[in-house]
Amino acid sequence: MPVDVGPRAGPHPVPVTLTINGMRHDLTIEPRVTLLDALREYANLPGTKKGCDQGTCGACTVLVNGRRIDSCLTLAIMHTGARITTIEGLADGDRLHPMQAAFLEHDGFQCGYCTPGQILSAVALLAEKRPLDDASIREFMSGNICRCGAYKNIVDAVAAAGKQNV
Amino acid sequence: MRPFAYTRTASSSAAVATVTADRDAKFLAGGTNLIDLMKDTVEAPALLVDINALPFGDIVEHRTFVRIGALARMSDTADHPAVVRIAPAVAEALLASASPQLRNAATIGGNLMQRTRCAYFRDVATACNKREPGRGCAAIDGINRQHAVLGGSRDCICVHPSDMAVALLAVDAIVRTRGPRGERSIPIAAFHTLPGDTPQIETVLEHGELIVAVDIPISRLASTSTYVKVRDRASYEFALVSVGAALSVRDGKIADARLGLGGIAPKPWRALASERALIGVAPSAAAFERAAEIAVGGARGYGHNDFKIPLVKRLIVKSLASVAA
Repeated sequence: MPVDVGPRAGPHPVPVTLTINGMRHDLTIEPRVTLLDALREYANLPGTKKGCDQGTCGACTVLVNGRRIDSCLTLAIMHTGARITTIEGLADGDRLHPMQAAFLEHDGFQCGYCTPGQILSAVALLAEKRPLDDASIREFMSGNICRCGAYKNIVDAVAAAGKQNV
Repeated sequence: MRPFAYTRTASSSAAVATVTADRDAKFLAGGTNLIDLMKDTVEAPALLVDINALPFGDIVEHRTFVRIGALARMSDTADHPAVVRIAPAVAEALLASASPQLRNAATIGGNLMQRTRCAYFRDVATACNKREPGRGCAAIDGINRQHAVLGGSRDCICVHPSDMAVALLAVDAIVRTRGPRGERSIPIAAFHTLPGDTPQIETVLEHGELIVAVDIPISRLASTSTYVKVRDRASYEFALVSVGAALSVRDGKIADARLGLGGIAPKPWRALASERALIGVAPSAAAFERAAEIAVGGARGYGHNDFKIPLVKRLIVKSLASVAA
């Protein structure tokens, strides 16, 4: 075995430290635990939702080092040392993040299950400096499916938050 | 998902040696396809070697080519000014792929290694020669609307899902690898293989051989390239059919042409005979229609996918007209 390969972890549970919303979480999990399951089942942060669990709905969207990804298609153990942001980490105490406030203001949801993923995706869309016309918002939000069909209001919320320069 | 062991390394030779030494080991990059297939037990590696710390994440413009590191993310590659300028088809294909979240995770090397989205391949309760050689192909007499009309065999009629690989055909990309027997450069057209009677083999790579970069030579032809994709919805969907096309015109005649086709074959399909038929003639609707007709020579539908033959012909004509304009 070459010396510059790290030690093998697993398949049994191993210590994995994650930094989520600025807090350190020392977990003991198998390497096969996805980031999504680590958040919901081990770190007690169920705000990130499990929809399809196969990268087709976007309900599990989180930010890793500020970039949006589907947390269902990545392993938690791959993200030791990264900054992970979930919906629980957006508000400042009782003060909502402007994107959360915009979704409330524009009624950008019905059942709410896809909403945490929609909001994190929208926060990233603004950080990526995508154009904020309707067609561009629809294209760059296409990774987040809303089964209730609240798209019109979601697009309005993203555009409004974008105009506030969040 | 079956249990597995995990390790990581920042050394490509260590990564190659570790995977080479273990038939049941696999490289792990973005993970968007591999982890998905592991959940369905279609893939069940005993060891994953995480290569994300390897120094292959950069995109660098050289004098005669642009080098896209194998670990560059699809999103960063699509937005990179050198890629947009040197190989517009590649940037367009990447932006037309997957979703922003998936493009932020998935890598260029992984994009080339992704497996087919054939529903029978994913469903372990059905017959699939790619997943289980010798078991049969449920798609040939099954629901085959998504399946191949060119390049299939009695054992497999799946389609390759990559948009980017089709665009890479239009710009003469070279895949650079490092393996147990050293380094090599593989033209993109020679990288993927047809199923024949071994549909489980999809590329010319050996076990343990790692993609380190994709090079795109700088040329006038590549800079005129475009990628056109038809799908069931406007975004976030695989191709029904797609075309990567490039043309250069000199003195009113086509001097050179590239035509890559997607969604219609088990590998990114280069329409070489169509390219040859275009060279030396004046660009015209009739010339493009003739090239399209040549491209589907030998094509065969399986019932639900018959529509792909006229559809790909129309898309070839449309994309050639757009690059000639």
